[in-house]
Amino acid sequence: MLLLIAAGAYGAKAAGALAGTRVHGQGRLQQLLMLLPPALLTALIAVWTLDGGSRLVLDARAGGVVVGGLAAWFRAPFLVVAAVAAATTALLRLL
Amino acid sequence: MTPSPRRHLRDSVVLGGAVGLFGVTFGVLATTSGLTVPQTCAMSLLVFTGASQFAAVGVVAAGGAAASAVATALLLGARNGAYALTVAHLLPRSVLGRLAGAQLIIDESTAMALAQADERFARQALWATGIAVYVFWNLGTVVGALAGDVIGDPTTIGLDAAFPAGFVTFVMPHVKQRPGLVAALLGGAVAVLAVPFTPAGAPVLLAGVGAVAGMVMVVRSGSVDPPGVSS
Repeated sequence: MLLLIAAGAYGAKAAGALAGTRVHGQGRLQQLLMLLPPALLTALIAVWTLDGGSRLVLDARAGGVVVGGLAAWFRAPFLVVAAVAAATTALLRLL
Repeated sequence: MTPSPRRHLRDSVVLGGAVGLFGVTFGVLATTSGLTVPQTCAMSLLVFTGASQFAAVGVVAAGGAAASAVATALLLGARNGAYALTVAHLLPRSVLGRLAGAQLIIDESTAMALAQADERFARQALWATGIAVYVFWNLGTVVGALAGDVIGDPTTIGLDAAFPAGFVTFVMPHVKQRPGLVAALLGGAVAVLAVPFTPAGAPVLLAGVGAVAGMVMVVRSGSVDPPGVSS
């Protein structure tokens, strides 16, 4: 799994670097590739927050993600956001 | 940004240091999600693109199949191909030089290079940022992996919420422009709707395909400007 990801991730970089001299500039492909991150990232956030094994659930994770999300909205760095979310969820589980 | 002689080099190192902290987080999350310390370190050395690494580890932690971890990571890593196209003219002319530089093309190095006013500074910023981030990211990973190894069960300390919440900070730069925002909302909606009907891992992939397909239709109909390269 690790080697497949490594090869694929490097492949994308190398393909762009080698092709770049010929098709320098903004192509349609390039524009579409840039849309993948926002779509996939929100999809991951949604699934990790709400997936309860093939059904949607609202549990302690959601509380942590909402609080962490608010911190992110106010430009808190990743480390702070992750810590705040984890602490909130851990607290909710204790209740 | 106005180019001053060494400002961009200093910025590169500062940025690299910040990413190092991030590497610590990755190390902790990866080992508490079940990866061994060597696996975690190998991932940072070989894959070297943060969002893909976090995503792969997160999919595994959530009980997803290895195939969906790979697919998710590769789709996220595809944007580095777009970055590479954008900064290819700054790389050496030789094929070997290009292949070496390619590994350093990530969010941070591309952004720093594009922020420079002249091509010489841009070239220096690309390499300096890429190398600084590579060094600090891997150092951070080692520290985090060793720390995470002794932390234990991730759910008792709420680490399962740390992944999605942390990813909100990844999304922020992408949703400043409307096409990115629309793609993000579409992606989230498709994934949520797909969860009850599809196996683990599939909702995220459907979201990627769905969002891009949706955007192609919207762009064709002319109601939204085509997206540019952000950051």
